[in-house]
Amino acid sequence: MRRALWLAGVLVALVALNVALPRLLNPYLFQIVVLCGINVILAVSLNLVNGFTGQFSIGHAGFMALGAYGSAMFSLHVGQGWVAALEAGHVPGVVAEGFALLLALLVGGLLSALAGYLVGLPSLRLRGDYLAIVTLGFGEIIRVIITNVDAVGASRGLPGIPGWVNFFWVGLGVAAVIFLSLNLARSTHGRALFAIRDDEVAAEALGVDTTSYKVLAFVLGAFFAGVAGGLFAHYLSYLNPNSFTFLKSIEVIAMVVLGGLGSVSGAVLAAIVLTLLPEVLRPVKDYRMVLYSFMLIVLMITRPQGLLGNRELSLTWLTRRRRRAGAPSA
Amino acid sequence: MSEFLQQLVNGVTWGSVYALIALGYTMVYGILRLINFAHGDIYMLGAFFGFYAPGLIVAAGARAGEWLEGAHRVLHGVPVLGPGLGRLAAALSAAGSMADALQALLVLVIAMVGCGLLGIVIERGAYKPVRRSSRLAALITAIGVSLLLENGGVLVFGPDPKFFPQIIPSSNIALGGGVTISNQQVIILTVSILLMFALRFIVTRTRVGKAMQAVSHSHMAASLMGISVDRIITFTFVLGSMLAAAAGVLVALQNPKIEPYMGVMPGLKAFVAAVLGGIGNIPGAVLGGLVMGVAEVLVVGYVSPTYRDAIAFVLLIIILLVRPAGILGKAQAEKV
Repeated sequence: MRRALWLAGVLVALVALNVALPRLLNPYLFQIVVLCGINVILAVSLNLVNGFTGQFSIGHAGFMALGAYGSAMFSLHVGQGWVAALEAGHVPGVVAEGFALLLALLVGGLLSALAGYLVGLPSLRLRGDYLAIVTLGFGEIIRVIITNVDAVGASRGLPGIPGWVNFFWVGLGVAAVIFLSLNLARSTHGRALFAIRDDEVAAEALGVDTTSYKVLAFVLGAFFAGVAGGLFAHYLSYLNPNSFTFLKSIEVIAMVVLGGLGSVSGAVLAAIVLTLLPEVLRPVKDYRMVLYSFMLIVLMITRPQGLLGNRELSLTWLTRRRRRAGAPSA
Repeated sequence: MSEFLQQLVNGVTWGSVYALIALGYTMVYGILRLINFAHGDIYMLGAFFGFYAPGLIVAAGARAGEWLEGAHRVLHGVPVLGPGLGRLAAALSAAGSMADALQALLVLVIAMVGCGLLGIVIERGAYKPVRRSSRLAALITAIGVSLLLENGGVLVFGPDPKFFPQIIPSSNIALGGGVTISNQQVIILTVSILLMFALRFIVTRTRVGKAMQAVSHSHMAASLMGISVDRIITFTFVLGSMLAAAAGVLVALQNPKIEPYMGVMPGLKAFVAAVLGGIGNIPGAVLGGLVMGVAEVLVVGYVSPTYRDAIAFVLLIIILLVRPAGILGKAQAEKV
């Protein structure tokens, strides 16, 4: 019952924001809000792999690219036709587009998840840095392939993707990935992931099937990265392989580490901060990226455990603190 | 066949550059377990330092020449010293037209010293403060340094590519059988082999090199033996940065177009080369670099130039699946 209420509340809030935001914000600010949302999905999904499970993936941009191109190709070749057919059958445009978008996101997410499964498998044999390099290699290989395949526009990019994404869909994606992460963290499966992060050998000795849990983390992380890619594609209507370079993966890792490894709310916060930072620094023009990188270094030196450490920012945490302060005898 | 041999020559040359960069990655990793993402940018800065060095040499030469001219005029009456000074002054003023090889050598040394100093600044300023934090924090710091160098490079040098001066005019030497090698390739090979032997000598035969090996085994044990771990780590960064700078200058001799982002891809690939050979292992880095260079040139020659950037990673994944610790790396049993 409570869960249903929450869900309804989130949906109502998203619809309300979806109506209100484009009217309140100018297009530039609105775009930043949408990009913040997409980056939050990326950061929270990578947090599943790097933060929860302690595996080290630096190829998130590759998963995002797969999702983006997969969903875009689906929409261009299948989804658009369906929308036209549905609208001809007097189905409201919003519903038809939403349906097609949802399918496209699912296709993109599943494609990424499959790739995540394939990349997760070598984690059977590889540990730590070596795994990191394989994911890096995977991301680069995906990008090089996209740059070379003519059917997806090669290095010219892929234009004309239907722009079905509005705030509602981005918000829904954000809500889904956060909901999943928080629930996972409280479940048996989540505990198993944490155990692998803290000590893989000990976890194995306690009967945790480390291999399948590591692969699970990869698949989940990849799925949401794919969804984020799909949202990105259907928001900008144009894709270019240069959006998915190694630098994009680095950006997402910076968000996860800056937020505090394993902290979902930290990842959300850091994703928003690191998306806004370059925009806020825009007035200083040429110095913008220099300042950005400099601040990254300073933040890592002064707060190496991330903004929130591995804590979660939550109401109960705040109230518990207050209660403890109020009742010292307890 | 001769085409294949030609590709092999080009591949080995290109691979020796990867090997020089990979050495820096592998040494730092061996000692700090840190993937120094800024290393590729040090290579870029090496090329840029080299780019500005001839101007510096000419300016310094001209300044010294003027100064000596003045001294010459004052000391005109003095028999031997006077004419000697005059000749020296003339020679220095003509520093711009100094022998090509000598000038190239000076450029190389200036770039190496410059990057070596930069290595100290980076290690002390950015990496040392995070050494006790988690490895991920250190990695993000390295990424931050890398971004800082790239964007700082754009700011200082400008975003447009620059063209490295043709210090040594290119000419081809026939090796017989239709295979040729350019004099620049000969220089790249010679200098990198010399530097590798120098590094080998330092690491295996000198006190500081032995200290480096000790630190890479265990920081604590090394410090208990009276080794200043901090100093050894800094020294390692200096060595690695100097090798990367040399690679930057050598590459710029052959491909004169240099720009602030030129280090990203070679840096990544050199790192992959280090992993291929077994990271932390010095001969492994050289072997990995050579394998990488040859593989890349063969792909460009026989498959398609556009897949050039993918081969490195495909090769990496294959080798890691077969030998997870790299070609020369030893598999380490995990202690509980």
